[in-house]
Amino acid sequence: MSEELTCEQLVELVTAYLDGALPARERERFEAHLSHCPGCTSYVEQIGTTIRLTGEPLTEESLSPEMRETLLSQFRDWAKSA
Amino acid sequence: MEAPTTAVDERVLIAALRDRDETAFTALIEEHGPSMRRFALTFVRSGAVADDVVQEVWIVVLRGIDRFEGRSSLKTWLFQIVANTAKTRAVKEARVVPFSSLLDDDDGTPAVSPDRFQGPDGVHPGGWTSFPVPWERLPGEQLLSNETRAVIEAEIARLPDGQRLVITLRDMEGWPADEVCNVLELTETNQRVLLHRARSRVRAALERHFVEE
Repeated sequence: MSEELTCEQLVELVTAYLDGALPARERERFEAHLSHCPGCTSYVEQIGTTIRLTGEPLTEESLSPEMRETLLSQFRDWAKSA
Repeated sequence: MEAPTTAVDERVLIAALRDRDETAFTALIEEHGPSMRRFALTFVRSGAVADDVVQEVWIVVLRGIDRFEGRSSLKTWLFQIVANTAKTRAVKEARVVPFSSLLDDDDGTPAVSPDRFQGPDGVHPGGWTSFPVPWERLPGEQLLSNETRAVIEAEIARLPDGQRLVITLRDMEGWPADEVCNVLELTETNQRVLLHRARSRVRAALERHFVEE
């Protein structure tokens, strides 16, 4: 058998690949497989989309006014006493 | 005042805080408060308790700021305090996430169900039985819908603790790997394994969601 990665093996390497943590040889095998496999290309794109969507909060939360007041009064107490 | 959108020069900020400068404190709580609360929620799972944790953390921060040596970044230090404080609260709530056990959450589950791949007798053993459908063809509004968001959040909430903590910091909060390792006391490899399991499960949940549509 050749040293070609199978699709089943490739999907387990995606995170290491995206983190730039694969050794050079492994990375080449990974990319060689991707270059001729539409299924794995879709898969890696899906993981990329998953990461992007996970990082996309619907609304950027901000500190609630109550919390901000509480923290500021904590700060003033501390500033006075210290 | 507006929350700073770029990284504030930490040393200046720390010096200002030591001078009891309220503006510097406000900038800090605006910048980190919301993500500290979200992070606390990965341990305690109740908004009220997470609020308590955040308040407690800032007291610890102010009391410790004069002794802060800057060996880690201010952000790492802050989130370590959140982690410790939230953990203590979680213990009281009998919902413990000891860091030493985070690795148990590598459950060894394959990234993709084995039945998606051909067996040893297939034409291409280990190859896809049918290719994943590209999501690029989905309309953008479906990708970014509230429903999609809900699917992601529900799946993350179901993850084992270690996986949930790592994906929250890496992919929701956008932290680099080394900072996650510092705060959660994980090696880089362990961190990556947990992230891998977590991302794979979220992808699978999204795929089920999109395919069923």
